[in-house]
Amino acid sequence: MTAAHGRSTEQLKASIPSLRAKDYKSDVKPVWCPGCGHFGVLAALTKTLAYLELPPEQVAVVSGIGCSSRLPAYLAVHGFHGVHGRALPLATGLKAARPELTVIAAGGDGDGFSIGGNHFLHACRRNQDLTYIVMDNEVYGMTKGQASPTTQPDWCRSKLTPHGTGMRRFQPAAIALAAGASFIARGFAGDPNGLTRLLAAAIEHPGFAFVQVLSPCRTFRPEQQEWKQLVHACELGPAHDAARAAELIQRDDGLGLGLLFEQKIPVYAAGVAADAADTLTAAERLAAIEAEHCR
Amino acid sequence: MSGSPMSGTPRSGAPTSGTRPDPGDSPPLTVAVTGAGGSGAVTAGLILLEAVAAAGLFGLLRRSAGPQIRGGESAALLRFGPAPVHCAGDRCDLLAALDWANHERFAEEIPLDADSLVLTDPAAGTPPAVVAAGDAALREIGFADSARERAGGRPNMVAVGAAGALAGLPLDALLDGAARTLAGKGEAVVAAARACIRAGFDLADPAERLRKPASAPAEIPQRWHINGNEAAGLGALRAGVRFVAAYPITPASEMLEWLAPRLERLGGTLLQAEDELASVNMIIGSAFGGVPALTATSGPGLSLMLEGIGLAVASETPIVVVDVMRGGPSTGIPTKSEQSDLNAALYGLHGDAPHLVLAALDIGDCAHTVAWATRLAWQLQTAAIVLSDQSLGQSRMVGEPAPVAEEPLAALQHPTAAGDAPFRRYAVTADGISPMSVPGEPGLAYTADGLEHDPTGAPSSRAADHADQLDKRRHKLLAHDYGPHWAEITEPADPDAVALTLLTFGACRGAVLEAAARLRAGGHAVRTVALRLLAPLRRRALMHALGDTRVLVVEQSHGAQLFHYLHAEQALPAHARSLARAGPLPLRPGEIVDAAAALIDAHRGGP
Ligand SMILES: Cc1ncc(C[n+]2csc(CCOP(=O)(O)OP(=O)(O)O)c2C)c(N)n1
Ligand code: SF4
Ligand SMILES: [Mg+2]
Repeated sequence: MTAAHGRSTEQLKASIPSLRAKDYKSDVKPVWCPGCGHFGVLAALTKTLAYLELPPEQVAVVSGIGCSSRLPAYLAVHGFHGVHGRALPLATGLKAARPELTVIAAGGDGDGFSIGGNHFLHACRRNQDLTYIVMDNEVYGMTKGQASPTTQPDWCRSKLTPHGTGMRRFQPAAIALAAGASFIARGFAGDPNGLTRLLAAAIEHPGFAFVQVLSPCRTFRPEQQEWKQLVHACELGPAHDAARAAELIQRDDGLGLGLLFEQKIPVYAAGVAADAADTLTAAERLAAIEAEHCR
Repeated sequence: MSGSPMSGTPRSGAPTSGTRPDPGDSPPLTVAVTGAGGSGAVTAGLILLEAVAAAGLFGLLRRSAGPQIRGGESAALLRFGPAPVHCAGDRCDLLAALDWANHERFAEEIPLDADSLVLTDPAAGTPPAVVAAGDAALREIGFADSARERAGGRPNMVAVGAAGALAGLPLDALLDGAARTLAGKGEAVVAAARACIRAGFDLADPAERLRKPASAPAEIPQRWHINGNEAAGLGALRAGVRFVAAYPITPASEMLEWLAPRLERLGGTLLQAEDELASVNMIIGSAFGGVPALTATSGPGLSLMLEGIGLAVASETPIVVVDVMRGGPSTGIPTKSEQSDLNAALYGLHGDAPHLVLAALDIGDCAHTVAWATRLAWQLQTAAIVLSDQSLGQSRMVGEPAPVAEEPLAALQHPTAAGDAPFRRYAVTADGISPMSVPGEPGLAYTADGLEHDPTGAPSSRAADHADQLDKRRHKLLAHDYGPHWAEITEPADPDAVALTLLTFGACRGAVLEAAARLRAGGHAVRTVALRLLAPLRRRALMHALGDTRVLVVEQSHGAQLFHYLHAEQALPAHARSLARAGPLPLRPGEIVDAAAALIDAHRGGP
């Protein structure tokens, strides 16, 4: 949007030697517990950025609050670690202002589906050209193990809900589909190659791309270590029409990996391009606006 | 009725023997037009305001509506005169009632007295007890009958003609006003309106004129015809705002609606957000991207934005939030004005979160204050909350344009550091302002953070980092030279003789100025100080301005929020007094004069 940053990604790509995954990592040491699934997401994302040859200064990763939301600081791209639940609005504002950037929002299941649930719905509807990575561990890791929207109703290990939540689980993929997301995928933090492929497809997808990443919480959900054995490729996908995708998502056990749904629909562009025939300068346009109020 | 449109007893007050209005002998007149939904009272007010502009006068048009979403009774309250009009008057000179539907709702907003003249259409019912039992002189005038005689005629247009004639507006100006206001409705509508205005003009009894008609001066200086919401939007555009996130709320929505198409014309973007939590975070995202951004809201929305505003403070991301205040708390009185969000704006953020709080002083000043706030936010890399209110945002003025700031847009600075690795985005500097890069600049990537951080932006809970960053964020605001804009100060003829200072902020400045003028005319040397910059408080400059005078702090809140804030900041002398009144009725100059006079009387002989 501003002239100073107007160099195209292609121009920049041409001007830099190709980067390796580690070039996208910062020097900040992650606070994550050893064995946390989020390490796998960090690794897959840096690989993806290298694979796509995106110049680091053309990429911004923004997040909310949670273990997962610490991700931006561990990357050598532009980052914003915002407040709990608001990664998507941050991303939306940044992308609207700087459409040429690759903007990725990232966070956890609590951040994205509970406190930020409303933004999730509307970001799906808006279909702005963003990628949204949710590291789903079915728990609030950072606050030490409370139930999240994706936690099983009978999970009793949190002091806050000693009898379980008693609430049905939030269905991220089904809700994203119903809310109008144009790209829905599920990956696994323990499958870096598969996840890299999905993230690359998500970033390249024109429109809102939602990637649910099963990312085990070693500390508060040790039983998730079994996911390694339980995950499987989603057999029926990907679907390109919503009705088939709905069926596919409903029939899946929630551990099926792959691209679930992709649809090419118009990408949200706030505002309209300036009229090419209009040769007024910015100052003249502003003067014309002021003149509307002059007598 | 149509044969004798004006009848009744002579009005009690002596007819004003005005000549051509001039500031000396012609105080502003207040003309109200009221009517049921669809009667066109507001359109009548808009035409009268355009006529005021065409006549080279100044005017202020306030609107008042009943609780209905659409189509309820409404009132247009126009005050105009040869000098700029900044506030509602104490009384109403002329009321043209198109009908009396639910008139009681407006009774307190339209104070009538023995000098008031009321035009009532017998075809539209009889005046309610509040009006009939009062001292105001009633004149029957057949708006509806007269309108019926003209093709496409409407009673409100007849009322414009009659009220305009009695108020001394030239016929040409009224016809001009109709043409301008109704231009979008087609020629037939304009022609019918003009015929009705002519008829109404002739129906008014020249002997009852409150002012003699003045012809427009040959040369009229350029004036603004604008409301505060539009002016605030214009200020944002002037300062380079090119991204706005919006969630509708009365009385701020018009600002957002005004901005939407105009931002587009300037290559910018307005985005309707899903809620205020989103809108404030969206503008943080835009500003992080280097594009100046703003949102506008009212009290309930401000409350939702507070966490985000704190994020902007901590991450040092420049944002501007305009709060068009309404009656509170909670949903309160959405359509009426109050200044009661001051505490929320000053103190609402958790943690030690120094930020900017500004208040627009009048309708035109909304442009200046929003533009200044935007510049400050970018110079100081922080959040600015700009307080406007319903009385500014939804009132329309014909007045002096706000000057464009001397500082050009280029003064917006986001300093860029050399690429020393790692980039020290939050470096401690002498003036407290750290270098800020924006995405796209190679070698200058950093992670903005609401977590406390070290100079590189890496999260840190070390005591030294916390102290450094807290000090830095406070210091940059305190060390800045805000120049003369922090307040508007007016002096009496002899500044050395000042016994009393009227101290206020925001929209109350209008009534304070008028009160001061009256007090001065009555021989009292009164100073006025209207604060535009509330935080950081320019305490020393304020105390210097107050000198050793008595002080009356004037504001529109129930809790005397400004008074308590200034006391907490030790900016007031112990003997300072408070005149604080809640909305929804406007603070009127007469109330301030009374309170000031009582204070002066009580302390004759010095403080
Ligand atoms: C407004 C607000 N409420 C609550 C919190 C506390 N909090 C921090 S992280 C978090 C949950 C994070 O869970 P999730 O998003 O699933 O991330 P994870 O730690 O599991 O990766 C909560 C409740 C907060 N920081 N802000
Ligand atoms: S608490 Fe769980 S989610 Fe958080 S870092 Fe540790 S393992 Fe990962
Ligand atoms: Mg989680």
